[in-house]
Amino acid sequence: MRLIQKVGAWFDLRVQLGTPIRETLEHAVPRETASWFYVFGSAALTCFMLQLVTGILLALIYVPSAGEAWSSLQTLNHGIALGWFIRALHGWGSNFMVAIVLIHMVQVFLFGAYKFPRELTWIVGVLLLLVTLGMAFTGQVLRFDQDAYWGLGIGASIASRVPVIGPWVVNLMLGGPIIAGATLSRFFALHVFVVPGLLIAFVCVHLLMVLKLGINEWPMPGRIVRHATYLQEYHELTHKDGVPFVPNAVWKDILFSGFILLSIAACAVYFGPFGPGGQPDPTIIQTAPRPDFFFLWLYALLSFLPPSAETPILLIGPAIGIIVLLTLPFVAGEGEKSWKRRPIAVLAILLIAVALGTLTHLGEHTPWSPVMDAWSSQPIPAEYLQGRTALERHGALVFQAKQCHNCHSLDDKGGQRGPALDSVALRLTADQLIRQVIQGGGNMPAYGKNLSPAETTALVAFLETLHPANQKPARNASQAVALGASEVSLR
Amino acid sequence: MSPEKMSAEKGISRRAMLVKLGLLLNGIVGAFLAVPIVRYLLSPVIRERKNGYESWLSLGGLEQFPAGQTRLATYKNPVVNTWDGETGDIACWVRNVDDRTFQVFAINCAHLGCPVRWFPQSSLFLCPCHGGAYYQDGSRASGPPERGLFQYHYKIENGKLLIRAGEMPTPGRAANIKRGGPKCA
Repeated sequence: MRLIQKVGAWFDLRVQLGTPIRETLEHAVPRETASWFYVFGSAALTCFMLQLVTGILLALIYVPSAGEAWSSLQTLNHGIALGWFIRALHGWGSNFMVAIVLIHMVQVFLFGAYKFPRELTWIVGVLLLLVTLGMAFTGQVLRFDQDAYWGLGIGASIASRVPVIGPWVVNLMLGGPIIAGATLSRFFALHVFVVPGLLIAFVCVHLLMVLKLGINEWPMPGRIVRHATYLQEYHELTHKDGVPFVPNAVWKDILFSGFILLSIAACAVYFGPFGPGGQPDPTIIQTAPRPDFFFLWLYALLSFLPPSAETPILLIGPAIGIIVLLTLPFVAGEGEKSWKRRPIAVLAILLIAVALGTLTHLGEHTPWSPVMDAWSSQPIPAEYLQGRTALERHGALVFQAKQCHNCHSLDDKGGQRGPALDSVALRLTADQLIRQVIQGGGNMPAYGKNLSPAETTALVAFLETLHPANQKPARNASQAVALGASEVSLR
Repeated sequence: MSPEKMSAEKGISRRAMLVKLGLLLNGIVGAFLAVPIVRYLLSPVIRERKNGYESWLSLGGLEQFPAGQTRLATYKNPVVNTWDGETGDIACWVRNVDDRTFQVFAINCAHLGCPVRWFPQSSLFLCPCHGGAYYQDGSRASGPPERGLFQYHYKIENGKLLIRAGEMPTPGRAANIKRGGPKCA
């Protein structure tokens, strides 16, 4: 022990960091902040450390070449001892990091920590969120499989919509005219050098400000933040009723970080690494590309935006969102911190959470996409065919052969792009069905050129049978009168 | 009186002046260095403006594309590097309307670039990403796309179908790719 102390003293005489480190560790924090609510920032940092280490380990094997990246990932998964585990740690670490950064942000927002004097800490935090999402997106590209390839196509298509310079932005993003080797190389440079460099710089500034300004005190309803008085009040709070950060608060950070690391490792062991999916060969078109979990909400949103509004929303929406986040501390830099006195803040968080959750759920199920093989893999339920005429059964054949089933479900099987047709005869008369099939409309293509009159007649005859046994199909009452049909009574 | 005191009285010391001169020199050198760096970074854009990426490519003999049918064709992108691997191979849909008129559609959906699939049974192109649908002539049928499928210019030479290609078509870059109906070679 004496030796260690001596060596320590020898170094400290030269680097002289012992005292400042000790002072930093033991700095006073408000008593209530030694709380389980205050552990997410350090947990995010822990995740980042894990990403740094596992990222460097992966870079020992990974080849950032469009022709070889995919097979080097296969080698990592299967050819290198525990390569799969390092990949899984990095993939799950990324998911946990995004999640924890978001939770940290929500906590900080609800606790009013962005108010005076911590405006810049919040702004750098917003930049950290953007940089973290940038890491997630570029990392998904490095897993160079079909999803990565077509995901880049989606990115390029969005970028190309920028007015005037759109095509140049695409060329810059792809590094050339198509998604190819140059594209992967530049995303590698971004993911491994540029974005992590920004991340490290922002983390340093963020942490420095947390230390200099002190951790946000536990918000009390009625304790109002004012420029004139806040610094004095915080000083009194920490010095009259403060506790040293080490050890009073730090043990919760350490325990929670350990728990997160354990959870990441458990997920990595149990679920394994992400992909890679199919080979990044653009001539293999039997693929349904989907982004990673944290971009599914955006993927879902893109299918619901009306075509005319899509470009402005895509280009202006994110800018507005970022500006709102960046200006928040200047708009609401003073006042109540407690979430108990900030109903709009709480409602805003709930609204965003519900919206993102719903869109993510939809993104997982993609009800807007036709089920490409329903016409050949999902039979029409037997009860829809029993006791039907030859014409009606022929219509059922047309229904399958013309792939109506890809977009319309029967008995909950088939696509959900269009409405379920189990009781379509209640909603539309025969004439309306004919018009809908031939002309399309709403979101349905017109089949007039693709169906012969005989096929249309058979198909509509089949659709006419689709109604519950105890409910009569829709009929056009006035038509009977107009045609002078005697057997139909209006009363 | 020391020389330093003298110049300080004049408002600027000799050393402060030298610091400023040094900073100025570095600024000038930095500006000179920035030019090649920016030129290097912008090379994908500059190359497109100078030479263009597109050229005429063969999709193979006409016998591969029977009249009245729509077939998948692939070609090697004209601008490739050795390390591009499979990403240099691009697919497209060729529709032979009547043996004299053709349509060559980009594989990329006009919405966000996902690969559209041709379904001869229903005569539709369907996109797996967000459910865009197109008729057999490439015009928009339904879904989020704002327009029909991108089409390549084509010509027929010596019994071979040639298209002008080389860039990934995107909604904002459609100017290079023709919009209208089929064009005779």
